[in-house]
Amino acid sequence: MTAAFILVCSVGFLLMFFVSYCRSLLATSSSVALTQEVRDVTGIANQVAPDDFSRVVQLLQLCPERPEERGRIRTVSMYYGFLGVVRSTLAVAVPSLKAWADRERAQCGYFAAVALGRRIAFSRDLLAQQMLP
Amino acid sequence: MPGTMQYVVWLVGALLEAGVVVCAIKRKAFRRYLFLNLYMASEVVASAIRFEILQHYGFTSLTYAYFYYYSDALLTILLFLVLSSLYSEVFRELNAERYVQMGSVALFAGTALFSFAVVEQFSDKLLSRFVLEISQNLYFVGLLLTYILWAAILKLRETRTRLIQLVLSLGVYFSLYAANYALRNLYPSAEALFTVLNPLIGCFLPFAWAYAFWKLPEEARLAPAGLAVTPR
Repeated sequence: MTAAFILVCSVGFLLMFFVSYCRSLLATSSSVALTQEVRDVTGIANQVAPDDFSRVVQLLQLCPERPEERGRIRTVSMYYGFLGVVRSTLAVAVPSLKAWADRERAQCGYFAAVALGRRIAFSRDLLAQQMLP
Repeated sequence: MPGTMQYVVWLVGALLEAGVVVCAIKRKAFRRYLFLNLYMASEVVASAIRFEILQHYGFTSLTYAYFYYYSDALLTILLFLVLSSLYSEVFRELNAERYVQMGSVALFAGTALFSFAVVEQFSDKLLSRFVLEISQNLYFVGLLLTYILWAAILKLRETRTRLIQLVLSLGVYFSLYAANYALRNLYPSAEALFTVLNPLIGCFLPFAWAYAFWKLPEEARLAPAGLAVTPR
């Protein structure tokens, strides 16, 4: 009985902490402006759409990886997947949840676009180092 | 005996734990988060001793099982001190640290007594069952304390990004472990599966803390109200 109670509460708290933790990761990039270069590459004109994340991650995978970002991108990808599940299950019954999930998914896309900007700059630095005599 | 994959996860976990201490020293945050760093260092030492015992006595030996669970219980107690120090950090400006610490110690002692009382009633193998019971209860109490701390962060409008991420990752870690121990208690036949999950879960906390020390400067700030699941 105690174990079942602990299990149910733990899963509830886990979801709450996981969402807040992921939002704290997203918040660190929300103040960074997207460069024109990233906008051109991704085709993002004004606002990031909820479905942009997967496409931006595909572009990310084309650039040389920055090891320090790998874990964060994986965590945000998990969060994006979780939001997709919420959108296609719970949000059917609660429409306000769909709007929330879409806003969060757009934030994930913005996070990925900022990471793409960093990777492009990183690739350029790498190239510049190789060009040096 | 654990397979290659389990050894790799174990090694990665130990490296990440050592990484937290290195990152904290490099970012000059070792003394500020002293208990947190001592906890991570103790995890590395415990991993090394567990590995030695595993090599000498084997995975199925009683020596390994006892050392594993008792060191885990001791490390959880140390983690309570980490939590208590995070409370002190949040409540520093209110001068309420002393009350918070006294409350933590009382809650911890109460949990230990409750676990002992439960096991004494229902089990013949008193000590081994006690360790599993106390681990489950300690992780759950730790989770509740972390939730209260998170609520206090939101209420006090704490803005230090690093502190917020340290607390949130601790919340995720406690919830994962409490759920894992509860599942092991509910389904003893599937214990092998849940035992394998332990080191994987264990990697999350050092990874998140190393990231918080390495990437987030102490001066970084954010609005915590925007992180709450329900809008504030």
